Amino acid sequence: MEKTEIQERVVKILTPYVKDQGALANVSAATNILEDLKVNSARLVDVVLAFEDEFDIEIADEDVDVVNTVGDCVGLIADKL
Amino acid sequence: MSDPHRVVVTGLGVIAPNANGAQEFELALRKGKSGLRVDETMAEAKLACHVSGVPQGIDELVEASFDEELQLSMNSSHRFAALASVEAWQDAGLEVPEATDDTVHWDTGAVIGTGVGGIDTMAERVVPLVNAGKVRRIGSTGVEQVMGSGVSARVSGILALGNAVTTNSAACATGVEAIVMGADRIRRGLATRMVCGGVEGASVYIWAGFDAMRVLARGFNEEPEKASRPMSASAAGFIPGSGAGIVVLESLESAQQRGATIHAELLGGATNCGGHRMGGSMTSPNPESVRRCIRAALEDGGVEPAEIDAISGHLTATGADPREIGCWAAALEREPGDLPTITSTKSMIGHALGAAGAIEAVAAIQMVRDGFVHASINCEDVHPEIEPYAASIPHETLDTPNLRTMVKAGFGFGDVNAALVLRRYEI
Repeated sequence: MEKTEIQERVVKILTPYVKDQGALANVSAATNILEDLKVNSARLVDVVLAFEDEFDIEIADEDVDVVNTVGDCVGLIADKL
Repeated sequence: MSDPHRVVVTGLGVIAPNANGAQEFELALRKGKSGLRVDETMAEAKLACHVSGVPQGIDELVEASFDEELQLSMNSSHRFAALASVEAWQDAGLEVPEATDDTVHWDTGAVIGTGVGGIDTMAERVVPLVNAGKVRRIGSTGVEQVMGSGVSARVSGILALGNAVTTNSAACATGVEAIVMGADRIRRGLATRMVCGGVEGASVYIWAGFDAMRVLARGFNEEPEKASRPMSASAAGFIPGSGAGIVVLESLESAQQRGATIHAELLGGATNCGGHRMGGSMTSPNPESVRRCIRAALEDGGVEPAEIDAISGHLTATGADPREIGCWAAALEREPGDLPTITSTKSMIGHALGAAGAIEAVAAIQMVRDGFVHASINCEDVHPEIEPYAASIPHETLDTPNLRTMVKAGFGFGDVNAALVLRRYEI
């Protein structure tokens, strides 16, 4: 799967949790999920579950700890595919 | 203590089986419209009762009212509480803040109770996933849905409330108790405004235990609208309901200063417990405690028994109804034939457990404000022990322009009671 497609799907999953919907307009691999998109950190658990369902993969708790940006999500998912 | 602050009701919100929204709810009550329906989930789970009261059209309301994250975070009781609270808040002339607005209402709190809590989440998500060894799949929203205070916490986040925010629980007295507790903070000057009421989710997991106790009606599965029959000879148990009733209570000074519409004045209230003595038990009320609670509410409000024009009873359609009527007559010092008009909102919406007292308080506030008493439906065959009081039961909606003062009470498992006294607000 192309990384651009993964990113599109990642952003779609993140969207309901994004407090600053304006920030979605300029989203890139460098966009920080908590700081730029203002996602409540507790909800990252639900975002990761949604990644697992969407891409049919398993993500370990340790993997989640290193996820900060949209690009981190895309990289993590691409590695598992 | 200085003179306590007077407390008025400036906002109403309702999610009920027979209507959503306070205006629609009043219309439904005036028409005697039942919100009870056949419930397939109860039939499939082999409950003896197959009838419930579940608010309709909730998905559409939630979608139109809340952002996606909120939608994903709420179970049924959260949804009912959130919708009714937003309605009450806006009815009070207040604005629902943006999630990004950091202004906190430090002078406004919430007491929003629930009788049973987030058992639906527990049963549908937590228990199956734990048993399957898939704890991670519970996600982040499991705790906030099962924690006792989940419903008041949810509302405090939506409305940015900064005063005391808590959830009370007193079984079927919960909704009335919440209003009494919230009013107390305003009277003592600890809060200017309190968002108060009760909520109960819609789930067979909430109702099954009551069915097991044989306290749900089982003889009217083919005729759901006739199934809730308070005060009737054919009453054989209650119909479980669900929903939320929310009121915005406010100090009279604050309401006047901002020119808010005042629905009614809350003169006083009381709560107590029968101690499971004198005939009371975990599941049955001590009649002396019921009478004392009603009298304490009157005394708290500075109201004489003779001033009570109408009663919104607890009246669930169980064997406790005749005893309740006797308690009302004794507490208000009335002879049969002289009892104030007494009605049961449960005849139309069933028994919404922790939400019941609050939804019914909203109805009582509307009746005091607009001068009517809604019919207590399905009571053509008055219970023989209630027959001496039959003239006090309205079978049609009554126009009562002189109705000024009303008592609303709720009695719950645990032998707990709560009552409040409402008066029409006249400038």
